[in-house]
Amino acid sequence: MRFTRDHEWVELNGDVATVGITAYAAEQLGDVVFVEAPDVGKVLNQGDAMAVVESVKAASDVYAPVSGEVVEANGELADAPETVNAAPEAGGWFAKIKVSDPSQVDALMDRAAYEEYLGTL
Amino acid sequence: MSSEADLKKTPLYDAHVAAGARMVPFAGYAMPVQYRDGVLREHLWTRESAGLFDVSHMGQAKLRGVSPLSAFEEITPGDFIGLAPGKQRYSLLLNKKGGIIDDLMASRPDDDGLFVIVNGACKDNDFRVIDDELAPQVTIERLENRALLALQGPKAAEVLAKHIPEAAGKVFMDSWATTGFGVDVLISRSGYTGEDGYEISIPASAATDVWNTLLADERVKPIGLGARDSLRLEAGLPLYGHDVDETVSPVEAALTFAVSKKRRDAQDFPGAARIVRELAEGPSRVRVGLKILSGAPAREGAEIADTDGTVVGVVTSGGFAPSLGHPIAMGFVPPALAAVGTSLNVIVRGKSGAAEVVAMPFVPNRYVRKV
Repeated sequence: MRFTRDHEWVELNGDVATVGITAYAAEQLGDVVFVEAPDVGKVLNQGDAMAVVESVKAASDVYAPVSGEVVEANGELADAPETVNAAPEAGGWFAKIKVSDPSQVDALMDRAAYEEYLGTL
Repeated sequence: MSSEADLKKTPLYDAHVAAGARMVPFAGYAMPVQYRDGVLREHLWTRESAGLFDVSHMGQAKLRGVSPLSAFEEITPGDFIGLAPGKQRYSLLLNKKGGIIDDLMASRPDDDGLFVIVNGACKDNDFRVIDDELAPQVTIERLENRALLALQGPKAAEVLAKHIPEAAGKVFMDSWATTGFGVDVLISRSGYTGEDGYEISIPASAATDVWNTLLADERVKPIGLGARDSLRLEAGLPLYGHDVDETVSPVEAALTFAVSKKRRDAQDFPGAARIVRELAEGPSRVRVGLKILSGAPAREGAEIADTDGTVVGVVTSGGFAPSLGHPIAMGFVPPALAAVGTSLNVIVRGKSGAAEVVAMPFVPNRYVRKV
C-alpha cells in the first residue's frame, strides 16, 4: 500500500489500483455521512478531484492518487458511508482505477514514510 | 484572515484543549468545533441527555438609562415596554430598510436595566449601532468579564437543579439573577438547540470551576460548535450571517413572531414601511425548510430549482441531520413555492437532488412552557 500527502492510499494489483482515504484522514473528517464515488469510465489525471466525502459539518474532495480510468466504484458506500470510518483502508475503498502509468504508484510514500510524514503534521 | 495568534480566547480555552477539543477560528475566537466524541455523537448526546456549550464569544451587555425598555423599541420590533421582570424575549436589531443587523436575546433578570446577548461575530457592530442610536439616553456596559455557558438537553433541568434549585420551577424564556456555584449568576431557561435548557452567565474568573462542576455529572458532556450548528439547524433556527443578514427582513426570514402586534399597529420601528407592506402583501422570498430526498447534502450556496429546472432560490444553511438520518437545509424561495409539500430540487456539484418543502422545526422542540 502506498500513500499520498493528501491522505489517499493506493494498492496496486496488476494494472488496477484500489484507492481510498487513510485512517488518519477518516479520523480527521469525523463521522462520514455521505460519499460521492466517481463514475465508472471517468478518466482521471493524478491530483484530479475524484470523489467527495462528507461529514456532518463539511464536504471534502478526495483526489486521484494516480492517473487512469475508473473501472469500478464502491457502491456500498452509498448506503453505508460509515464504512469509511469503520474500515478506511479496507472495505471503505472508493474506486478501482486502471492505471496509465504504474511508476506513479512507486513514487508515492510507503507506510513508514507516510507515518513519518504524519508525525510532522 | 487572522492568524491563530490573533484569535481571542474565552476563559475556557485551556479546559477545551484539555478535553481534547479541536479548536477552530470562529467570530475572532479560538473555539471548540468538536471534542473527542465527534459531531455526530455530541449532537445525539445533547438530544438524549445534556450537552454543555461554551458560548462566551457572544456579546453580553447591560443597557441602562431612564427608560431602557422604551428606548430599545426604537431599534427593534419587539414589545419591550411590555417585557415583565423575570422574562426574556428573542428580538431583532433592525436597520432603516427593515433588514436584520443581528438577532438577540434581551431580558430582565433583575431590576438593573436590560440584559442583552448578541452574536459574537456581530457584537462590536451591534453595540456601536445601539450606542449611535440610543446614547445618551441609554448607556451600554459590555460585560466582557463574564463567561456564558449553555446547558441543553432533556436532562439539563435535573442537572442544574442540584446547583440552582429554583431552576426546575422556571419555564421557557424565564430570566433571573441568583447565586449559584458560589458566584452571581444571570440565567435564562432558553437556548439555541430546540431542547429544554439554560444559558448561564457567570464571572469569567469562575468559568472553569463551573464548567468542571457541571461536567462532573455523568449526564453532561462538552459539546462543540459543530453539533451546536446541526442542533440549531434541526430546530429550524436561523444562523446570523448565513440564513439572515442586513438585506433580509423579519418577514422574509419567517421571524414575524418577533414583530409584536402592538408594534405592527404603531409602525414605529426601523423599516416599518417595508415590513408592514410585506406582512400585508407577502415578501418576494421567504425562508423555508427543505428535506433532501436524494443525493448529497445541500449546503450553503447550493442553488434551489423548481421541477422544471429553473433556479428559484438558494440554500443558506444545510447539512446532515443526525437526529433524522438524512440531510436537511434552509433556503429562500418565492412564496408561491414555499408551501409545505412543494417539490423542489437542490443542485450540488452540478447534480440535481430531489427536495421537498417541510415545516420547521425539523425536529420538534422540547421547550418547557409549564412546570
